[in-house]
Amino acid sequence: MNCSHVFKFSFKRSIVVFTLFSAFLLLSLGVKAQEGHAPEAAASHQQGAEKKKFEIGKFALHHISDSHSWHVIGETYIGLPVILYANGKVVTFNSSDFNHDDDAKVVVERNGERFVKFHEKIYFASDVANSHGQYINLDDKHHAQNKRPLDFSITKNVCTLLLSVVVLLVIFISVANGYKKRKGKSPKGLQSWLEPVILFVRDDIAKPNLGHKHERFMPYLLTVFFFIWFNNMLGLVPFLPGGANLTGNIAVTMVLAVITLLITIFNGNKHYWQHIFWMPNVPVPMKIFLAPLELIGVFTKPIALMIRLFANITAGHILVLSLICLIFVFDSIWVSAASIPFAIFIGAIELMVAFIQAFIFTILSALFIGMAVEEHH
Amino acid sequence: MITGSIAAVGAGLAAIGAGLGIGRIGGSAMEGIARQPEAASKIQTAMLIAAAFVEAVALFAVVVALM
Repeated sequence: MNCSHVFKFSFKRSIVVFTLFSAFLLLSLGVKAQEGHAPEAAASHQQGAEKKKFEIGKFALHHISDSHSWHVIGETYIGLPVILYANGKVVTFNSSDFNHDDDAKVVVERNGERFVKFHEKIYFASDVANSHGQYINLDDKHHAQNKRPLDFSITKNVCTLLLSVVVLLVIFISVANGYKKRKGKSPKGLQSWLEPVILFVRDDIAKPNLGHKHERFMPYLLTVFFFIWFNNMLGLVPFLPGGANLTGNIAVTMVLAVITLLITIFNGNKHYWQHIFWMPNVPVPMKIFLAPLELIGVFTKPIALMIRLFANITAGHILVLSLICLIFVFDSIWVSAASIPFAIFIGAIELMVAFIQAFIFTILSALFIGMAVEEHH
Repeated sequence: MITGSIAAVGAGLAAIGAGLGIGRIGGSAMEGIARQPEAASKIQTAMLIAAAFVEAVALFAVVVALM
């Protein structure tokens, strides 16, 4: 087979790519040099406002953390309800009463208590403002010293949680009704879209790990799979219904992991516990040595589950944000030619990771439950 | 002069380790699939689980570096 035309084509293409790449490098170098040669221009540009160095870590962490208000676009925010338990009283107000101030400069007074918001946490306000006009006491590392009320607010993450619960309920109740209505017939609409995924969870996750007992645990495995998958995808949407980083919140993943731990503990049969506390067929000193190790193993498994999901989703979000932030770090629009395609590429990988992490969490849960319910042989 | 946290170096080292690990897992899975294409789906599942365990170590390092 004559492949010379392919070779020629790819050779030409590589020349084009190389030229484009070097042109891009030269351009960005030129921009940098220009900036270096014009300090006066830069100084006048920064005049008035004290220009701070762009802090990429702070920016990224702010964007993946929970928030008391929901940012829509530009200066538009949606206020969310704040519910506080302060000195024996329940205090409620809308978070837009803070005027979206996050530096403890606006005091909200309700039921004789005064509150400020500082870095998305609500504190009791100080009586007088400090030199920066903040009603909060800061130590030399800028950590707040004020006391905090108990915070039961409906934050952005709680809102997303409720939203995803409603969406999942609507989807799955309609699908379940479809099976009741069309019993024994072929699926239709949403049902035919979800059936392969449900069968995938049953045949590839539950059956190999749980054997004939899989039916008992299918409701939990399906719930956890679709909950994580849906919220991972929702976290990738940068605008309104998405935008909250729910599965990248360690409290959420902790609750999921604790449910797996409880199911494992309550379904563990006597062989499982015997293998933990009194390992059969090993000498007695070894039994005594192994028991604490195995007991720690019971708890490290769900802890690893918790951190794996949290860290994967958080790392993905930070990666995309850092790539976008490179434009502001170098302060040049030419960087976007490289960073935007790369961010889109990482975003596409994140779509895959969203599925894989839901799959991994579910299959490891099934594995741990399977180890606990396994029959002795 | 280089400034910054030494934790970043640790995260980088962990990434090297995880890269080696995931590379080996992926390579062996490919060999396995090439040898026995009919077992591809089973090998892929096992590969993903093993990769998740290795990847988790790197992500633990990232979390520690962030803290």
